[in-house]
Formats: sequence, structure tokens, C-alpha cells
Amino acid sequence: MSRISFTIDGVTVQAIKGQSILKAADAAGIYIPRLCAYRDLVPHGSCRVCSVKVNGRIQAACVQTVIEGAVVENNTPELEEYRSNIIDMLFVEGNHFCMFCEKSGFCELQALAYRFGIAVPKYQFLYPKREIDMSHPHVYVDHNRCILCGRCVQASQSMDSKNVFQFIGRGIRKRLQVNGDSLAKTDLKVTDEAVSVCPVGALVRKRVGYETPVGLRRYDEAPIGDDIEPGKGDR
Amino acid sequence: MKQGTAHITANICNKFGNDRTRLMDIAIAVQERFGCVSHEAMEEIARAVGTQRVEVESLVTFYSFLSVKPQGKVVIRLCSDIVDWMKGYSEVAEAMARELGITMGETTPDGAITLTDTPCIGMSDQAPAALVNSVVVTHLTPERGRQLVRDLRRHLDPQQLVTMVGNGNNEHPLVRSMVRNNIRMRGPVHFAPFEPGKALLKAFELAPSDVISEIKESKLRGRGGAGFPTALKWELAANTPGEKRYVICNADEGEPGTFKDRVLLTECAEQLLEGMTIAGYAVGSDTGIIYLRAEYRYLMPYLQSKIEGRLKQGFLGRGILGKKGFNFDIRIQLGAGAYICGEETALISSCEGLRGDPKNRPPFPPQEGYLKRPTIVNNVETLCCVSRILLEGAKWFASIGSANTTGTKVLSISGDCRKPGVYEVPFGITTRELIELSEAENVGSLLIGGPCRQMIGQVRLDGQICYDDLATGGAIIIFNGARNKLEIAEHYLDFFIDESCGHCTPCRVGLTLLKNLVHKVISGTGEPADLDRMRDLSNFIINMSRCGLGQAAPNPVLGALEIFGDASGGFVAERKPGLLPEFDLSKAVIDAELRVGRQSKYV
Repeated sequence: MSRISFTIDGVTVQAIKGQSILKAADAAGIYIPRLCAYRDLVPHGSCRVCSVKVNGRIQAACVQTVIEGAVVENNTPELEEYRSNIIDMLFVEGNHFCMFCEKSGFCELQALAYRFGIAVPKYQFLYPKREIDMSHPHVYVDHNRCILCGRCVQASQSMDSKNVFQFIGRGIRKRLQVNGDSLAKTDLKVTDEAVSVCPVGALVRKRVGYETPVGLRRYDEAPIGDDIEPGKGDR
Repeated sequence: MKQGTAHITANICNKFGNDRTRLMDIAIAVQERFGCVSHEAMEEIARAVGTQRVEVESLVTFYSFLSVKPQGKVVIRLCSDIVDWMKGYSEVAEAMARELGITMGETTPDGAITLTDTPCIGMSDQAPAALVNSVVVTHLTPERGRQLVRDLRRHLDPQQLVTMVGNGNNEHPLVRSMVRNNIRMRGPVHFAPFEPGKALLKAFELAPSDVISEIKESKLRGRGGAGFPTALKWELAANTPGEKRYVICNADEGEPGTFKDRVLLTECAEQLLEGMTIAGYAVGSDTGIIYLRAEYRYLMPYLQSKIEGRLKQGFLGRGILGKKGFNFDIRIQLGAGAYICGEETALISSCEGLRGDPKNRPPFPPQEGYLKRPTIVNNVETLCCVSRILLEGAKWFASIGSANTTGTKVLSISGDCRKPGVYEVPFGITTRELIELSEAENVGSLLIGGPCRQMIGQVRLDGQICYDDLATGGAIIIFNGARNKLEIAEHYLDFFIDESCGHCTPCRVGLTLLKNLVHKVISGTGEPADLDRMRDLSNFIINMSRCGLGQAAPNPVLGALEIFGDASGGFVAERKPGLLPEFDLSKAVIDAELRVGRQSKYV
């Protein structure tokens, strides 16, 4: 494995050829905010939160592979604003009511909003009418909260060896769809990875909500990204 | 699902070898047979090709010519592009809807006729136009619209609507279309005589790498609008190791106001097929695919016959013209109504039987494209240029045009002008000259189409059509001074919102938010800060979107703002602090009253 080096905000980072900028940054202890990218899943490149500037051009760090000697910009006011815009957009695109949501405190979208200091989105809410599928005995799909990150689609295929989810429609009408007339008609199990990888409250296990007291939830303890680069995300 | 329909669906799948990668063809065939691809049919297809129903549903719901719900036996797709709208779309739409007794998007109760609208069908030079199944009808008026509906009710046979055929190959028995070519200016690259086989023989005199050198010397750049050097693309594909490579012709001309490929496909088919074959020889490929947009389906039998003719003549097939070891064949892949498939990676997805989502890059198609093999995707016009370059030589080609942009460009000019149509002009021509040629008067602004999609005003009429100045895929739309530029921008935003694949957030959500802002300003409730918001949001979408669609979609908005300057066209006014100008109190009260069923005495 040949090693190459490049810089992120002036800090020299070593990486393996073919590695994504995001993975290389993680290994170097530099946090690049991200939402759709998840561990070993093939990067979806859809949310664009992890956008960085590579030699002056904006690229998604999850998809773009490392380039020898590249100058990568991560923490710049322009990129911070753009990332914040995306998080805003995801909030107004769906119907996200954090105060009632079982995922509150564990939600990556909410955690990013806190990290970016977003109290109220700057865009107007679109208030779409979305469905909730409660048919499955142990899991429900709340499309109001789905951010189309594609994690469940891929996890179902690559981790669960199934094909429970896929996207239908296009543009602003794009939706998550299940392989059948309803979730109950699919072979989804409550233990499937597809359920646990959901970053928001779109795929939720029934009867286990609100178990963790406020104050002890994942992102009550430390802001998102703190596991990669401790002490930077506290605002 | 009835036994019979299941059987027919299974047969269709079988016809395409139960091949998952041919899902487009299967879905199109099922749609044509049954007027929809129902959930039952999806299950049958999924079983046959070895996938899941949701995968088939994902594809079907992506393309606008496919539908889950049953459509009428005849589907009228009225073109709602801005040029059609300028030429009387609304009146025609209303007349047809009234005659049918339905509204836009509905099907008559007897299930016979569906009326819907569709973005640019490549007929802006003869607008308003419509597709009736795959038959094109042009120059519509309310009266002709009504008559068309009455005729269809009688015979339900779209082909019978063609009572007068157009000129050129539109008269060909396999085309028989009322479409007119409207070639207003014939240049030396595309509209000079072309003798099939001659360019191919010239290519065979050279080694494949020398063919690439010849193209390099001609400085040919992609005619789709991005202007990527063709030889560089070919070289990359040729040098990528692999047993199989592909040559794809992008005939998914969907840029609103572009129709030059329609004319090239009709009149220069031999030159195109020969260009593809030469490309195959140069990069070491034995398979070509023409991705033909669904709107040009009426040209498919004709193009198919041309391919078969060339097979018989030995210009295609095995050992072409006695050249041992060089085999090349071409198939046509039909699209199903998705503008984004003009983007090369989305086009490849579609050819693979997937949703037309663009792919993440890198890898680029010449490295890893169709079925993960090295693939070159070239525009129709680019491939036609290739044949002429081999015939006349790189030096000849490079002597035409401007310094950095050689050759000619086939432009589609439409809008507020007397002579809309196709013009083959040398690169470097100014917009002022184009306005004179097309006999346009009182020009307020021009939309220069292609991936840059710039709206320019009077101040820039000396701009040159070339890659260093005004780059274009071919569309020039002329608007007279009375047209509202923000309304034009809003119209295009509606188009891009409909055509966005929805993959990345900036394009999927950002465009809707931008449209809402533009609409707010047009409706008279805007404030000066909204113009800054429009600029900021536009720049954000341009910078952050994954592919060319989002990266270009806000340009008409920025163009309109630039033309307005600070004057902002009198659209916005300072508002009192603390009030939301877009909130209409009396309208909100009326909405509430309607819901509760009684009136307030205080409003």
C-alpha cells in the first residue's frame, strides 16, 4: 500500500492511496462533518455535508479520493455556511419535530444542527404531506423524518443480504420505498442493520423510545464529531 | 394479475434475455403494451430478471414516460417549454382539456385519452407542439387542438393525425412525420454531401492511435456544450486496460430550446453512424449504443433501418470493409423521459437499466463507464464532426471557426424571431449576427443554452459563440423586450425542479426554495433583501450540487438579476419591520373560512 500525503487546513495528513479524504481525515483525528456517509458503507455522496475544497474546487470528501500534495480546506467560513445551509434545507424539506421524536439526542441531523448553532432554520418550511407506515410489528417508517441518505438502502443489501428499501420518484418528490405493499409485507427484521444505521428518526424500533433520560443521551454527553476530534465541537 | 398479462410480461422479459441491464427496454415495452407498469407487472419483471419489485419500481417512477397507474390508450403530451408558452401553449392546453372534458394530467373516464404536459420535446422551431404517443404534431392552435381531439376520439390512431408530411427525410416512409427541418443555414461540416464509407476507409489508412492524433489536431471539442476535447476522452478510454470498451452516442437532446440533433438524426444519420464506427476503431471498441430520447422515438425505425443498411453494405458488423479483426455493431437504447439522462453518467446508468441518477466521479466514464468498462460518450454533432474530419482532414477543420474553438456549430434558434430553425455557423459568430440572421426585432435578452445556460441582455450582444466566451450546446432562445426576465427564470426553475434526480440536497431542496423566493418577488411581495437571498442561494446551489444540472440551474436567475442591476425591475419594495410581506392575511382568513364552512364578519 503506497502512502501519500496532503494537507487539511495546513495540517499534513498521511493517507493510503485510493482512500477517501473523509476516511483519511478520520484516521488523522480531523473531523469533517458528514451525514449520509457511514462507516464501511459505500459512500452515497448525496447529503453534501462533507463538502471540502480540494485545490480550490468543492468536492464531497466521502467520494473524493486523496491526491498527493492536495490542499484541502475544511474549516472555512464559506464551507461552514454551506454545510449549515444543507442542514437547514434538510429540516425544512421534511417535518422534523425534535421535541416529540424518539431519536432526539441520538439523531445525527439534530446533533449537526446543534454543532452548527442552528436554532431556527433560515429557510421557509415546505411542510410536505408524508406517510407513516406502522404496519410492521416491531419497526415503523416515518417518511416525515427521512432525509434520503440511502444508508438503509445499502445496509439492507450489503449487510443484511436483503433488498428491503429503494428510492422511488425523483427531485423533490423522491421518497424511500419498501419492497412490497407495506413494511409488514417485506422480510425486514427488527435486528436488521438497515434499521440501526438510520441517522434520524425515519426507521424506528417500536416500544423502546425515550428509554434514555435527557442528559444521558448520546449527543447530550458530547457533540457529534467529538469521537473523531475531541473538544472542537463545543459551542 | 391475469394469467394472460403475466404471460405477456414474461414474454417481453424473455425477448430481452431476462437481462437485468435491459430493464429500460422491458419497462418501456410493458408500458406500451398495457399503458402502465403495475405493481403486479413489476413483480413479474423482478422475478424474470432476478431482482426485487422495489428495484423495478425505482426505475419506473424515475422516468416520466413510464407510469404505475394506467394511462389512456393515447397519451397527448403537450410541450410546456417556455417557447411553446410564448407561442400559445396555455390557449391550446385549455382548448384540448375542455374538448376532452378533463384537466391536465387526467385520463378520460373511458380510459381512451390522457392529456398531460411535458418539457421541451425538441420542436421549439414549430411550437406549440405535442407528442401523441410517439407521433409529433406541430404548430398547434386552439382550433387544431380541438380538431385533433375530435379526430382521436373517432379513430384513436395517432398516425392518422399526420395528413401532411414535413420536408427532407421527414417524408421517408419509416418517418412520415409532419416535422419540418427548418435548416436555415447549411455549413460545410454537417450539410455538405456525405458519401457513406469514404471516411471509414480514410480512417482505416491510419492506425487507431493516429486517428486519435488526427482528431487532436483538429482541436475538436464536445458539442454537447461542455466542450471537453474529444481526443483526450478517446485517448483516456483507449489507454485504459480492458477487454471491452463502449462507444455511446448521446442523442438525449433535452436542453430546453435545443433541436439541432433532431435535424442531424433525420438528415445526417449515415455521417453519425460512420462517426461512431470510426470512434470504435480509434478506441478499440466493438459495440456502440445510441441513447435516443423518448421524444425522438418517431425516428427510431428509420435509424434502425440505417443501421441494418450499413450492416448489409459491410460498414458495420464483422471485419468491416475487409478490415480483419475490426468488428462493430450499434444498438439503439430508447430513453423514457428524463432530462438528466443527457448527463453522461446518468445516461450510462439508464443504459444499464437503472434510474437515471448521475454517478459519483471519479472514476470518469473513459476509465470506468457502461457496465464498468471504459466508455466514451459523445454528442450526435461531435460524432458527425468526426466523419467530416476524417474526410477533409484536421487542418481543414481547424481552419474554420475561432482560435480555440474550431469548426462549426449547429445552433437551434427559437423564440421571438421570424426565422426559427437550425443554423450551421462557424464558431466565433456574434450574438448580434445571429439576431440579424434569425430576423429578430426588439430583443430584450437571449438565453444561450447548454450547460452554462446564460441569460444575456442588450449590453453583451457582441459576445461570441465559442468556448472562451459564450459556450453553448446549441440552444439560442430570443426574448423580446416585453418579456419578464424573472418569469422566464421561474419557468426554467420549474423545469429543473421537475427534472432534478433528487440525489443531492443542494439541487433537490435548494431549487424549490429558490423558486419560492423568485415567485415571492414576482408576485409583488418581495423586499430588497430577497434579491441578495436569491443570489446567495443560487451561488450555493451552483457550488454545492453534484452534477451539471444543479450547477447550472440557477443561472437564469443570476442572469435576470444581472440584467436588472440594482434597479431590480421595480419588483421589490422596502417593508415595515416585523411583518412577513408574503403573508396575505385576508387570503389566510378565506382559507380558514372555507375549511370551517362559515364566514367571519370582521374581514
